Amino acid sequence: MNAVESHGLTKRFGRQVAVDAVDLAVPQGTVYGFLGPNGSGKTTTIRLLLGLVRPTAGRHALLGAPMPGGAGAVLPRVGTLVEGPGFHPYLSGRDNLRRLDAVDRYADPAGTRRRVDAALARVGLSAAAGKHYRAYSLGMRQRLALAAATLSPRELLILDEPTNGLDPQGTREVRALIAALAREGTTVLLSTHLLSEVEQICSHVGVMHRGRLVAQSSLAQLRASAAPQVRVETDRPTEAARVLRELGLSGVAVQAEAATGGLDGLAPEKVVATLVHDGVPVRGFAVAAPDLEDVFVSLTGEGFDVSG
Amino acid sequence: MSAAEVSAADLAVAARPPRPARAPSTRFLRSELRLIFGRRRNQAGLGVLAAVPLVIAVAVRIANPEPGTGEGPDFFSSITGNGFFVALAALTVSLPLFLPLAVATIAGDSIAGEANAGTLRYLLTVPVHRTRALLVKFAAIVTFAVTATLLVAGVGLLAGLALFGGGPVTLLSGVQVGFGDGLLRLLAVCGYLAIGLCALGALGLFVSTLTEQPIGATIAVVILTVTSFVLDSIPQLSWLHPYLLTHWWMSFGDLLREPVFLPDLRLGLLSAGAYAVVFWTAAWARFAGRDITS
Ligand SMILES: Nc1ncnc2c1ncn2[C@@H]1O[C@H](COP(=O)(O)OP(=O)(O)OP(=O)(O)O)[C@@H](O)[C@H]1O
Ligand SMILES: [Mg+2]
Repeated sequence: MNAVESHGLTKRFGRQVAVDAVDLAVPQGTVYGFLGPNGSGKTTTIRLLLGLVRPTAGRHALLGAPMPGGAGAVLPRVGTLVEGPGFHPYLSGRDNLRRLDAVDRYADPAGTRRRVDAALARVGLSAAAGKHYRAYSLGMRQRLALAAATLSPRELLILDEPTNGLDPQGTREVRALIAALAREGTTVLLSTHLLSEVEQICSHVGVMHRGRLVAQSSLAQLRASAAPQVRVETDRPTEAARVLRELGLSGVAVQAEAATGGLDGLAPEKVVATLVHDGVPVRGFAVAAPDLEDVFVSLTGEGFDVSG
Repeated sequence: MSAAEVSAADLAVAARPPRPARAPSTRFLRSELRLIFGRRRNQAGLGVLAAVPLVIAVAVRIANPEPGTGEGPDFFSSITGNGFFVALAALTVSLPLFLPLAVATIAGDSIAGEANAGTLRYLLTVPVHRTRALLVKFAAIVTFAVTATLLVAGVGLLAGLALFGGGPVTLLSGVQVGFGDGLLRLLAVCGYLAIGLCALGALGLFVSTLTEQPIGATIAVVILTVTSFVLDSIPQLSWLHPYLLTHWWMSFGDLLREPVFLPDLRLGLLSAGAYAVVFWTAAWARFAGRDITS
């Protein structure tokens, strides 16, 4: 079963289509990285999933329950962080969590203290729990939002940029927390701009671009689907690039002392042979699977393109 | 990260059996009231309301007043005879602005304040059903309106008794009743005024669903209230007066007649009820399907 599933999910704001026929499938028990450039529709998709925003078209289900009808029963099992933290400025961090606990019809009032203290400890906020929220730093606010997301037991976490504003220790802690939750069976959907984060903790990825889901698969599959890159080290990179282009390599780029390009089914030894034959001095040659950033750029382009 | 791992395990194990929904409780409402009454700004507002009767009592004590002018029943001239009337004078003075402003502040804050602070999206994903949110928010507004009215009357009564003493109460119709009877009538006045303010609160709740700016919502409600008072003072618009929210508020004096003069009070209650139902429903119609993009 998919923990999150959507079919043709669409949201239009006036004339702009913010989310365009998105078919999400987040398998249960996975950590799903939700990527995309600024304004590509990640937060809007998350709002749609949580029923905060009505879809223009399409339908979706969380933990097998159709939304928005199943919201009352399913959302208590879903922890959320949407577009940054939001708390009452004149309440302390602890009182803010108490309030969220108080409005939860599924929460046992006898356990409030235990839940709140555990959540605060989980994000390292115990010492600052009594401070007014308005006196919190950016990272403390983000931590409090994560405490709220994990206030009660969750089967699904939907986190919009969870490590935004955190210090390196905080980022590591959050990554470790997410990994630990995932090991125990919690499904995590997280949007992020940190590709290194995705490589470290995500097993699946979906890439948004201009409102559309342009790729969705396991991380390994996504990598495998991308053409490997060749890198020719030479003191005559322009000539090398010309040869690569003539051979039909894709996305050929010139660097200071190297030329690179995508190997579209071509044998690497043929590339070396042709280079040598054409008199390009080859000092080094490497074939590498593209890193996530290359894949991301090839999917979403836009300003990352280097002219070749 | 062992701490995180342990707590993660706790969470996941506990997650297996779905948690049962609990019987309806007052936790949400109590949390809402803590939010309202715990906030400095609101405490200051209540302080101002409590100061009104104190200022009246002290001023009258220091200098005997001219017979009062202005609309509504005049209670100032009766104060020196019986401290009881400080409460009524304070209610009369607070009615055109202070009490509506206090209620408008709370009502304007109700939804727009949560939207502005970014807490609305987290409230709704707890989840709190939107209808439940509106019901509890309105219940909190009602509680505040009642508290504010009782505060003005209560402080007025205590200050009046302390400075001028009590005793049998001479009603507006000239009949004297016992002090206990007078207190009951004061309580009825508070109830009547609070109901009118609750209707205003429903209007404020509706306005609050239209915007993400709580101050804007509050100002809008205050402007509507003042406009209503202004229109009510233009005789040429008498056809409109019965439909104005504030038109019936000053009829509370009818509770101080013997026998109680009921017709206007009945219409006042009807008007307040109609306003409350219409605007709560409007708030619901607006809020239930709204996109929360705050
Ligand atoms: N309330 C709204 N009214 C109109 N347009 C909106 C609204 N909310 C979002 N949009 C538009 O929808 C598009 C998607 O926005 P969204 O916030 O989902 O992007 P995002 O992927 O989360 O971006 P980021 O990485 O910057 O957080 C943007 O073009 C944005 O301008
Ligand atoms: Mg976003």
